[in-house]
Amino acid sequence: MAAIPLINVLFIAGVLFSIGMVGLLVRRNVIFMLISVEMMLNAAGLAFVAAGSRWVQPDGQVMFLFILAMAAAEVSVGLALVILLYHRFKTLDTDVASLMRG
Amino acid sequence: MQNLWLAPALPFASFLILALVGTRLPRWLVATLGAGSVGLAALVSLSIASKFITSPPPGHEFTQTLWSWVRVGNFQPNIALYLDPLALMMLLVVTVVGFFIHLYSTQYMQDDPRYARFFSYMNLFVGSMLMLVLGDNLLLLYLGWEGVGLCSFLLIGFWFQEQANADAAKKAFVVTRVGDAFMAIGLFILFNQLGTIDIQDMLARARLNWPVGSGLAIAAAALLLGGAVGKSAQLPLQTWLPDAMAGPTPVSALIHAATMVTAGVYLIARMHVIYELAPSVMTLVAVIGALTLLLAGFTALTQRDIKRVLAYSTISQIGYMFLALGVGAWSAAAFHLMTHAFFKALLFLAAGAVIYALHHEQDMFKMGGLRKQLPFVFWVFLIGGAALAGFPLITAGFYSKDLILWETYTSPHGSKYLWAAGLFGAFMTALYTFRMIFLVFFGEENAHVHHRPGVRMLLPLGVLAVLSIIGGFVEVPDTLGGGKHTFTELLAPSFGEAAAHEPAPAVGDAAFPTGAGVNETATAEQAAEHGADHSKEMQLQIIAAVTALLGIFVAGRIFLRKRTSAMELGVPGLPAALQRFWATGWGFDALYNSLFVRPLISFARFNRSDAFDLIYKFIAWLTQRGHFALKETQTGLLRWYAAGIAAGAIVVLTLAVLR
Amino acid sequence: MRTLFFAASAVAIFSSLMTISSVNAVHALLYFIVSLFSAALMFYLLGAPFVAALEVIVYAGAIIVLFLFAVMLLNLGRSGVEQEKRLLRPSVWIGPALLAVVLAAELVYVLSHGTYAPVGVEVVGAKKVGISLFSTYLLGVELASMLLLAGLVGTYHLGRKES
Repeated sequence: MAAIPLINVLFIAGVLFSIGMVGLLVRRNVIFMLISVEMMLNAAGLAFVAAGSRWVQPDGQVMFLFILAMAAAEVSVGLALVILLYHRFKTLDTDVASLMRG
Repeated sequence: MQNLWLAPALPFASFLILALVGTRLPRWLVATLGAGSVGLAALVSLSIASKFITSPPPGHEFTQTLWSWVRVGNFQPNIALYLDPLALMMLLVVTVVGFFIHLYSTQYMQDDPRYARFFSYMNLFVGSMLMLVLGDNLLLLYLGWEGVGLCSFLLIGFWFQEQANADAAKKAFVVTRVGDAFMAIGLFILFNQLGTIDIQDMLARARLNWPVGSGLAIAAAALLLGGAVGKSAQLPLQTWLPDAMAGPTPVSALIHAATMVTAGVYLIARMHVIYELAPSVMTLVAVIGALTLLLAGFTALTQRDIKRVLAYSTISQIGYMFLALGVGAWSAAAFHLMTHAFFKALLFLAAGAVIYALHHEQDMFKMGGLRKQLPFVFWVFLIGGAALAGFPLITAGFYSKDLILWETYTSPHGSKYLWAAGLFGAFMTALYTFRMIFLVFFGEENAHVHHRPGVRMLLPLGVLAVLSIIGGFVEVPDTLGGGKHTFTELLAPSFGEAAAHEPAPAVGDAAFPTGAGVNETATAEQAAEHGADHSKEMQLQIIAAVTALLGIFVAGRIFLRKRTSAMELGVPGLPAALQRFWATGWGFDALYNSLFVRPLISFARFNRSDAFDLIYKFIAWLTQRGHFALKETQTGLLRWYAAGIAAGAIVVLTLAVLR
Repeated sequence: MRTLFFAASAVAIFSSLMTISSVNAVHALLYFIVSLFSAALMFYLLGAPFVAALEVIVYAGAIIVLFLFAVMLLNLGRSGVEQEKRLLRPSVWIGPALLAVVLAAELVYVLSHGTYAPVGVEVVGAKKVGISLFSTYLLGVELASMLLLAGLVGTYHLGRKES
């Protein structure tokens, strides 16, 4: 295989991460916020895998596996909470759920 | 003499019991504890006195150290009792006179609901006064000093439900506090410069290290004088004593006649070495004494209230003691202290009997002709009044006052002017005393006796009357055929080795004893002077006796007549405006009011919002503003928090990258 | 290979952008799946076939499907789309875009100062990953399983009907 410069991969991971961050800050719908978080996790995982590939070690992939497991657990619990939130507030707008203000 | 500690301990113990459980005890037990503890202390004192006089301890001093109080560097005051003749005399006066006054008050305060409280305060007072008198170091003396000040406050304001009484108590405390502040500074100087707080040590070191007229001695003596002036109600701090008559009469007798107000005199006599090293301050003491005795004399002449006459009389008589101290006649001052305790306590208690009988009427112009209704009280009052006026030969007051006048005339510190002031004061004393007697006991009957005083009140009166007569016979000058200088001889060791300068020529003055150190030639000189001095002394005694009799005569001429309104203001014939001025105590109250009280009150009003407090309020306000500002960042919005995290992370990253 | 890689990365970036700016939740999820597919391709090109498969199977296949289930359950429909349109005004993009630009700039700055070796030269196969997992990182595996258990229990509890 032809070699790909590492810097490019990391750069792409950074861009994906930034996009995810923008999505997190902009969207008010909680589902979209969770999607953006997943995007950020994915970008981080990409960086890990690239690093592991650079040293030709499986450690990067192992790390990605753990991130995956964590993302799965987080998503399941998070979505359960989203459903409860919807039952409570009748909307998915997070700005409505700001009772802990002041 | 090992029982010396019992003398203060018994009243203190009684105080504790009465203060803690007194209200639950029956009246008779309270009275027994209250008066009995002081009585036992008196018995202890008498036994100690007899032992002391018959077989005195070496050096005529006895120290009983109870325990160590503080030990820091060379500041090591102990709880120790020091007994020398001066202290012994004070001990006897306080306990014996105090016992009789306590006995009297068991009946006088019979109907008061706070009976136990009264006796607890009185016992605390006696205990503190004894600590003052017996303390061997200045700190213990100061402890007693403050203790008696406290008890004075508590007792003057005993009937505090009346605003006037509470105000009088406050005034007494504040005015004496001013004096106490000076005294404390004086103590600091003495300790700092002489390196010890023990009195006898201090005096010995002062004698060694300080030359006569040294600035330190003058400073210390003047500051201690400040304290003495406050406690003894002399110029300029005399304003509290007349108002202190708001307290019950036994209180006035004990505290403001016999014991507490003499604490200043005791202090100066105790620290006489310091004063001898500062002759200018001694002159000041004498001048203060002379001015005070005149001022108070004029004022006493114009009073309506029987107790106020006696109050101003006390101020005046203590002026005599200060005069004696100022001219270096230490034992003469002590002698007058003792006799004054007898007859002034007698007068106060007798006045109290009159007030009690007339159901708390104190205005003399509402009284009259009481000698028919209260004969016993009349006679004792007459004896006391005669002693106060210095009736020749048969009263104690004559001997003590005469000794003071003689000393003032002849002492190297004295002067003719001081003597003249003292003499005029004696005239006025006789005048106002007998004005009081004639107004109350003679003339037409104005008031009705409600209940007669009982034996518990009459017995002390009798005993004190006897003492007022025979008390003077311990010190009879040669000219009157006595040659008995028992008193001054007894007290000589207290004031011994005081002769830093030439011994005084007077014979009656053994304050500067020609002791073992002085050679026989001096004695021979003195023997030659005896003849000349005797005639001089005789002359002065006759003058003094005539003055007293003249005062009585003039009082009789004026006040034995029908009552006129002019008499109410004092002496008819003198300008009324002047007498009104005298009646206000020469305007001192008004002066202090405008000098100190009003500015303080207006400043307090001005500072109502409390400038210093504003600083703290400002800090609190600032914190609150910050809180409100930061509160805005807690919006509860998820995006906001996420943005916060993101921004923070980027900032940290930037810092890391730029490093 | 390199061009394939760049193409895949372009697709990933484009679909990510579409994800976050979509008003319909389902559309956003579908765009995200596309992004994940291109990421999987990138993994494969980096010589990590195992995680490429894992990405598709677990991430796109399980997690995003879970998202879809939740969205369907909520059943927002047209009103949801309307709401999103309302909420997503252009002005809200400014601040976050600024932050993102700063972040990206920093990343570029940091990355450009290093010398990097080429990657994707060798393939690290599933076998190697498996060995590493069950020897060096055994503890991590166990902990991950505990984490999943905790998630399971938590979700069950949260989803329970109050009886």
